[in-house]
Amino acid sequence: MADMRTPLNKVRGLGSARGGTEHFWRQRLTAVSNIPLIIFFIGFVAVYAGASYEEIRAALAQPVVALLIGFAFVSVLYHMRLGMQIIIEDYVHEEGWKIFLVILNTFFPIVVGATALYSLLRIAFGG
Amino acid sequence: MSKSTTQARPLSPHLQIYRITPTMAMSVAHRITGAALYFGILLFALWLFAAAGSKEQFDFVNALFGSILGRIVIFGYSWVLIHHMLGGIRHLIWDTTHGLEKHTSRQMAIATLVGSIVLTLVIWIAAWVIRGGL
Repeated sequence: MADMRTPLNKVRGLGSARGGTEHFWRQRLTAVSNIPLIIFFIGFVAVYAGASYEEIRAALAQPVVALLIGFAFVSVLYHMRLGMQIIIEDYVHEEGWKIFLVILNTFFPIVVGATALYSLLRIAFGG
Repeated sequence: MSKSTTQARPLSPHLQIYRITPTMAMSVAHRITGAALYFGILLFALWLFAAAGSKEQFDFVNALFGSILGRIVIFGYSWVLIHHMLGGIRHLIWDTTHGLEKHTSRQMAIATLVGSIVLTLVIWIAAWVIRGGL
């Protein structure tokens, strides 16, 4: 059968879902950025587990710490949203439920991320 | 609709029919740990939010996390996180087309499990020493 696609469509290579390999690529991109950020995050949590209110706030108010934890949240939240979308698409076949869960899967990381970044900024700016 | 599409026809065998291999177990574990981490991040958002609030709010959350159950959850969470990270690194190596041979991928699967346990213990012992535990 003749290929009915235009040359422009072919070179864009987006396919029927209009997404192409973006999902795959961003999963890898955030996986790579997660590695150093998570190593820092685990180290931070392990060292500051059980520390007092004043100690934690002083540590989180340092610009480098606040930035790294902020980046860690953004990178991890984006990565986990991509991963959960695959899980939903694999196991939820009823169209209504699937759309509902995919929407929830977008809201959840935004709510968690906004909460974390607001908290970090509030501590950093001494609110 | 034709008879062939309405009749219940046999499906291809799924996971439960195969003998469990290390690569298969770690693949399943990668997905389960990923899903657990998805919800577990709420704990850390809550911790930050409490730290941004009053001392009373923070002390309440800190007491929850400092309880026996809280410590077990956080220790378990760190293990799950490290396991998922090592599993992810394995996937990144595979993306470069390396390590896909049967015996290599098997060794990498076992290394993921052993490495995650060892690393988790090393991190918490190191942190305990840094905090002046010795």
